[in-house]
Amino acid sequence: MTEPVLTFTDRGIYCPAADVFIDPWRPVDRALITHGHADHARDGMGRYLATDAAAPVMRHRLGAIDLQTVAYGERLRIGSADISFHPAGHVPGSAQIRVEVGGEVWVVSGDYKTEDDGLSEPFAPVRCHAFITECTFGLPVFRWDAQTDVARQIDDWWRANAAQGRATILGAYALGKAQRLLSAIDASIGPILTHGAVENTNEVLRAQGLPLPDTVRVTPQTDPKAYPGALVLATPSALGTSWARRFGAASTGFASGWMALRGVRRRRAADRGFVLSDHADWAGLNTAIAETGASRIFATHGYTSIFRRWLESQGYDAAVVETAYEGESIDDDGAGTGE
Amino acid sequence: MRLFTALFTRLDQTTRTNAKVDALAGYFADAPETDRLWTIALLSGRRPKRAVTANLLREWAAERAAIPLWLFEESYPIVGDLAETIALVLPDATRASDHSLTHWITTIRALAPRDEADKRAAILDAWDQLDARERFVFNKLLTGGFRMGVSQKLMTRALSRATGIEEADLAHRLMGDWTPETTSFDALIRAHDPSVDLSRPYPFYLAYQLDEGPSSLDAPPGDWAAERKWDGIRGQLVLRGGAHFLWSRGEELMTDRFPEFARLVDFVPAGTVIDGEILAWRDEFPLSFNALQKRIGRKTVPKALLRDAPVILYAYDLLEWQGADIRDRPFAERRTLLDALVASVPPEAPLRVSPLLAFDTWDRLADIREGSRDFASEGIMLKRKSAPYRAGRKRGDWWKWKVDPLTIDAVMIYAQQGHGRRANLFTDFTFAVRDGDALVPFTKAYSGLTDAEFRKITAWVRRNTLERYGPVRAVKPHHVFEIAFEGIQESPRHKSGVALRFPRMARWRHDKPVAEANTLDDLRRMLAAYG
Ligand SMILES: [Zn+2]
Ligand SMILES: [Zn+2]
Repeated sequence: MTEPVLTFTDRGIYCPAADVFIDPWRPVDRALITHGHADHARDGMGRYLATDAAAPVMRHRLGAIDLQTVAYGERLRIGSADISFHPAGHVPGSAQIRVEVGGEVWVVSGDYKTEDDGLSEPFAPVRCHAFITECTFGLPVFRWDAQTDVARQIDDWWRANAAQGRATILGAYALGKAQRLLSAIDASIGPILTHGAVENTNEVLRAQGLPLPDTVRVTPQTDPKAYPGALVLATPSALGTSWARRFGAASTGFASGWMALRGVRRRRAADRGFVLSDHADWAGLNTAIAETGASRIFATHGYTSIFRRWLESQGYDAAVVETAYEGESIDDDGAGTGE
Repeated sequence: MRLFTALFTRLDQTTRTNAKVDALAGYFADAPETDRLWTIALLSGRRPKRAVTANLLREWAAERAAIPLWLFEESYPIVGDLAETIALVLPDATRASDHSLTHWITTIRALAPRDEADKRAAILDAWDQLDARERFVFNKLLTGGFRMGVSQKLMTRALSRATGIEEADLAHRLMGDWTPETTSFDALIRAHDPSVDLSRPYPFYLAYQLDEGPSSLDAPPGDWAAERKWDGIRGQLVLRGGAHFLWSRGEELMTDRFPEFARLVDFVPAGTVIDGEILAWRDEFPLSFNALQKRIGRKTVPKALLRDAPVILYAYDLLEWQGADIRDRPFAERRTLLDALVASVPPEAPLRVSPLLAFDTWDRLADIREGSRDFASEGIMLKRKSAPYRAGRKRGDWWKWKVDPLTIDAVMIYAQQGHGRRANLFTDFTFAVRDGDALVPFTKAYSGLTDAEFRKITAWVRRNTLERYGPVRAVKPHHVFEIAFEGIQESPRHKSGVALRFPRMARWRHDKPVAEANTLDDLRRMLAAYG
């Protein structure tokens, strides 16, 4: 009986052949990181390994860390394991991590979505024997509209607000969702103002060459009246606070996969909820899993028990593993955590 | 159904009262007359009868979505709404149509007598020509639970704006035993003749909660009448033309459920309407709400139950007297008439008057309030002596001043993910009291925390799960919560032997370790004192 390629420990997903952890939640010597969200990239690790494109955000968030980078598809030999990173389509720089030991291939998905958002490196299926997948939205009630349709809904709403002389405040995570929205909407409708946490990430991503429209950082000196008909891109936690009230009788909206549920939309008490997620929907999860060709599936976070049962009914050998990953949060600002 | 779905969507997309009234008033001005009337009916709780069982709808939806039924069943509690779950899992429609709201309601109503195969064909056909939003609305009509985030009060305000008729007057016109089949928009709203409907009740006046205590009121004690707040079913007894009708606050006709009141026709003159509380009653004292509960939900009442849980109407107010609407007269005057009326009725008739409490200072009233539980009462009602009987929940003249809830410190031992608005959080918890080294579960609670607290506990539950039983997670016994509740009863069905009324989380006791939570003995003592 040979040792499994990956094991599940209370510190994170572990590869014995390489003596490395993937997205660990407790300090370890060597960590491979799928992407820069705080539930996957935490501080306190001895050494980090991530993609070139994920590195700037990680440095921005975690400060001076010992970080080695790798290109997508590049093969590294660590111990007796061959390791490579492949696009996950979740946020710019996000990766699935492929680990091969003695001809057996396991892939850790991190967070992923299958739709090309025009900004992140598009998701690429990787053939493997075992696939460790998230399933944040692993229920058949979650079905996403195409990004272009959602962007049009947002444009229409923004335009109508601007015509009524109202500001438009849209809540979205500072890393990933905010930039995706910026690149998908029609920036010619009016000026775009940003919350500081959003603008900080914008600066990091612009510096690495991502095309984002011009934005104006909101500071205590900013006079909202100088920007009539503006779209204000805020963190979720800034909605409903005094920070948002400076824009007067604005219309507020929120973009998240959770907005598919009417109940959650009503709890957020925003005027509009737009269904847009950086995680795969039901169809996306099922397609992604099928395309790996894997027969063994491990579900890490989301509706894991239900999703496992579904996979079993589809003939997979499926299991649930307990992790500290959090799925798509709609209740914090996503600057550090969630998503 | 596009116009109605657009209305629904606009109402759903805003939390602003004015925007809702605007949307409704616009709809009432534009929509076809029968659609208007159906909308009023839906918004005042007059839903079409369920023509298809929920079970069949689930089966057909799962089948159409090509998913196993169990997966549908698992998704439903997470979404929290059957109509929405179905709308979300169905594949896209293959064609489009634009029939009126009335068309679809008529279609649904025509289904009732048809066989299962016909029903299935009709519903699959409807699903296949409606877009996602229209489907949700259609499913809502099918399943009956129609709520649009619009109170009857708001709807009445919008209708008032669209028709120019005064709100309180409209509220009265909209009450009673009508459906869109028995009337028309013109007959109901424009040409108003109350005598057409002998049963028509008046809108109930509802009190606001007094949080600060009565010294915060704008008038001295002498301007107020006080009585106990009774824990029964609020009802309005209408006696007209030799018949009697009993209405609930939810405008449900309860006449047949409480046959005791038929005999009042012999003692109370026609042209009388009384507002009061229906209470289970024995030896001139109210029985527990438990006794009354046996009578709720029964359409007909067996003799044994009539004997075990007899009811009376505990009268609060007189709204109509000698055929005249007297709601504009001051409370003190109405109450004097009510006292005289009840005094003229023999004691074997099931009618009493809720006694007024004598007090001259707020301190004295506070003392009386402390004794509420001894009377199976929830606190004190305060009514301004000079006030008219208003329609709906209005601030200013009627206040409820409830007793503080009972509380117990308990340990959280199980957690379950919420549904609907809190689908992504752990919100449903089971709590235990200590019994030696053991923890005995005694209640569930799922409200009372702020969203921020729910987020915090959710993160903690994820990291401290000991075991999973389907959707339920056993968690490390670590957190202590103060559970507030309104009453406690013996219950052989529960392991702890007690059942609580309205339990909720009052406070997260970060300061208390598990060893300081209350015990099963404490709980039993509370049962002895308040049960
Ligand atoms: Zn994540
Ligand atoms: Zn993420």
